[in-house]
Order: sequence, then structure tokens, then C-alpha cells
Amino acid sequence: MDKFDAIVVGAGPAGCATAYTMAREGLQVLVLERGKYPGAKNMWGGAFFGPVMEEIFPDFWKEAPVERSVSRHTISMLTEHESLSFDFRSDRADKNHGFIILRAKFDQWLAKKAEQAGAIIATSLEADDFLYEGGAVAGVKVGSESFPASVVILADGANSLLAAKAGLRKEFGLHDVKQGVKEVIQLPREVIEDRFGLQDDEGAALEFIGSCTRGLPGGGFLYTNHDSLSVGVVVQLAAVGEQKVKASDLLEDFKNHPLIQRYISKGKTVEYSAHLIPVTGVKILPTFAKDGILITGDAAGLVLGTGLILEGANFAMASGVAAAQTVIKAKKAGDFTTKALDHYEGLLKSRFVLKELNAFKRAPEFLENERIYNTYPELLCSAAMKMFENDGTVREGSFKTLMGSMKGKISIWQLMKDAWMAKESL
Amino acid sequence: MKVEEKLALNKFEIDKEVHITVDESKCRECNMTVCVYTCPADCYVLRDQHITFSYEGCLECGSCRIACDKGAIKWVNPRGGFGISYQFG
Repeated sequence: MDKFDAIVVGAGPAGCATAYTMAREGLQVLVLERGKYPGAKNMWGGAFFGPVMEEIFPDFWKEAPVERSVSRHTISMLTEHESLSFDFRSDRADKNHGFIILRAKFDQWLAKKAEQAGAIIATSLEADDFLYEGGAVAGVKVGSESFPASVVILADGANSLLAAKAGLRKEFGLHDVKQGVKEVIQLPREVIEDRFGLQDDEGAALEFIGSCTRGLPGGGFLYTNHDSLSVGVVVQLAAVGEQKVKASDLLEDFKNHPLIQRYISKGKTVEYSAHLIPVTGVKILPTFAKDGILITGDAAGLVLGTGLILEGANFAMASGVAAAQTVIKAKKAGDFTTKALDHYEGLLKSRFVLKELNAFKRAPEFLENERIYNTYPELLCSAAMKMFENDGTVREGSFKTLMGSMKGKISIWQLMKDAWMAKESL
Repeated sequence: MKVEEKLALNKFEIDKEVHITVDESKCRECNMTVCVYTCPADCYVLRDQHITFSYEGCLECGSCRIACDKGAIKWVNPRGGFGISYQFG
């Protein structure tokens, strides 16, 4: 078999970005995807920021299978019966506010782009081991078949089996990942636009904390697709195991919450999906390069989670491009050793990828504070309940009402500590 | 809506080759049942104090692989082309 310049494992955003960038420079690139088609194994919440996508494919949204572009973004705190929301809308929202996208369509489009640039995309092939030459990775194996290459780029996602096999990182622990579960619920597009106050291709990205995870670290989400909704829950895997709460049950509770129930009413569930998200940022970063191998995207743990932001695909694509630039340089020099491939980490450091992960390095710890998911939503919803009611008794000022709601739930000291931690982490 | 009803909506190509094997002797020494709760597809069920397992509805998230610290779960991906195929994702 011919030796490829590079073999990419996984045809998701990281894999396709890296394959496209290398193929465009004339490198011989093979992408191995274990699904029947690119995207077959992939899911996400649904909102996507596209600056790197835009760098690679200017005006991509005009052509790519984008469901809607985000013009409304809400963050809501939920208790069992109440919700209190921060609702941002803009009729000036542009491409920088993100897009809502479904992976099965999008990843296929992206892979097609890499293919048009000259990469070979081979589906239904599961790379399960490496070829070695003098201790350096020299390709991959698919069962008994060998695929030699000068370099292998891992882009096989959060549940990468090859990352640990290559000795690039330890397995993620229970505290390092969140589990996302999601349903795609079909509704006519006019109903979606009416319910969420949208016009044409405008989209809404709704995020929730509080009772949707029964106070456990995580949250709920609802994104409007063209003619369906993506409704799901993300929860820390450690909490699921310790508290013996299933994410699938949380999702049912979430769907039955009075606020959500009205949004999804009369909809028809057409798919149920689940995935892991690495969330502890710099704590779980891998060895980015070894002789003949690089690691990108979720497989490398390159996800930014700050509570307000949960961003993986944009990071994945940036790491894919950086890996490609490294390999292009390495090919020119004819050197694929660790020393040459270490250039990759330098590129990640010089871009937002490692800069932002470092800037928010305390966020994962802050986000383990259960008061965020429990005490604060309850406190603020009960204060709102009081402020917006008149039961005939003499009313107190808003500040006093808020202080009254805090009584027995949280001390001023804890509140100040949490506020300080928030300032330091976010 | 039950998990099994949801899974019935998904497209699976089920392989004859099993991609997850569970060493039940190790499960007998474990009362954590962390696999039962972390699996979003209810592949692990506790019946009469025994873990029973089926791989057919596996969504390939890898949660159980990370969660089981008894080394009872042996996990490989389904062979290429088999397992879940998301239509939406």
C-alpha cells in the first residue's frame, strides 16, 4: 500500500479542518472515519461559533447546512415551578453570534470540502491500533490491514481510544467529563418561529441551570433548528455516579418543566443521542505531539467550558489547522520527530486555543460549586415570586425581599466568597 | 418517554461481534452500580442484585468505560460502519 503523508483518524470538525488544510497544500491525506458517513457518530448541543470556520471557508454559512443563525440568546434559572430569564435579542446579530447546526448534515458537508481539496475520506473504517517504526508511530491498523503514513493525526473525539494507546494522555476521569443527552424534536417551522419569536432564519439558543440537573453541576439547553428543536441536558459524570441520578431521567424532568413543556408541546421526538464532553480544560491537556503523531480537538480535551460558554468545535478546528500547518512544515523538512512536531503546541499557545483555556483555567473548579445550580436559582426565583405578587399584605422594598429570600439558604459570607470566585474564574 | 422507546427511533446497524464485554465476577464484588446510572441508554440493568448488560442500544459515548473503576468493562468501538448512525446529531 502507498504511504500517505498523513492519516487523520476521525472526520469531525478537527479531522476535516486538518485534512482540508493539508490536502490544499498538496499533501497525500487519508481520513479514516469509523461511522458509515462523517457525522454518524457525532452529536452536540447545537450552537456553533464559526471564526475558524470563517477563516478556512469564507462565507461558509451561505453554503453550509446551517439550521438557523442565533439572534436570541437566553440564560434561565429554573426551579421546579418557576423560571427567571436573562433574554438577549438583537436584530443586528451577525455571524459572530453563532449558528445552530445538526452534525450529521454538517460533518458530511465539511468532509466533502476536504475531499474536494484532495483528501481521501474512507468511511466505515475503524483505526484500532498503530504501526510503529523504531518506536515512532508510522501509520495505523484497521483490524489486520495496515495503513502506513509519515504522521498520524488523532481527531477521534472525546472518547478517543487511541489517545491513551499512543501514550499521549491518561484516560479522562469522572470529574473531567460531562455527559450530554439530547432529543431532536420535530415541529413545523412556523410553530417554532411563533413560539420563540423568530423570523425567517433567525434562531434561539436557550440555556438553563437549576432544577434541570436537580442541582448537580451542568445545565439544560434548547436550540431551534429549521424544523426541529434540540433539547438536552449536560451533567457532570461524577455527579451522575455519586448521586445515582440518570441523565436520561433529568432530560425527562427538563422536558416536563412548565417552561420547556410549552416550547416542545405537540412535537415528535425523532432521535435520542448522547456524548461526552471533556470540561476540565488545562488540567487534562495531553502531550500534544510524539514521534509521528499529533492529537487534536476533543480527543486532546480542547474544550472551553465557563458556564456561559461551552465551546468545542471552534477549538477543534483551530487545533486541526495548527496540526496541519505543523505537518506541512515537517514534510518540507522531512522531519516528523517529536522535536519537529512540537511546533504544534507553540501554534496552539500563540492562538486563542491555549490562551483562552489558560485564561479560564479556574472556571472548571468554580463550576463544581453546587450552590450555582441549587441555592442561587431557588433564591432568585423565590425573590422574583415575592416581587411579582400582591397577596394583600404590606410589601417590602426589593432589596429587603431579596435579603429575606436569602435567609436560611445562604450566608453573606458564602455569597461574597462565590462572587469573588466568579470574578476570578469567569 | 422511556429510554427504550427513544432508542427505537435511532438507526443502528447491530454487529454480531460484541464491542463491550462485562466481567460479571468483578461486578459481584461491586455495589456501586455506577454503570447503571452513567449509561444514558440503559444498557446496564440491575436485576436481583446482578448487573445484566446488553450492547445493542449503546450510543458509544464511553461513559461506562470511564465510570467503572473495577476494570469490569472491556470497551472497543464497534467495527467500522456498525453501531449507532445519527441522522441528526
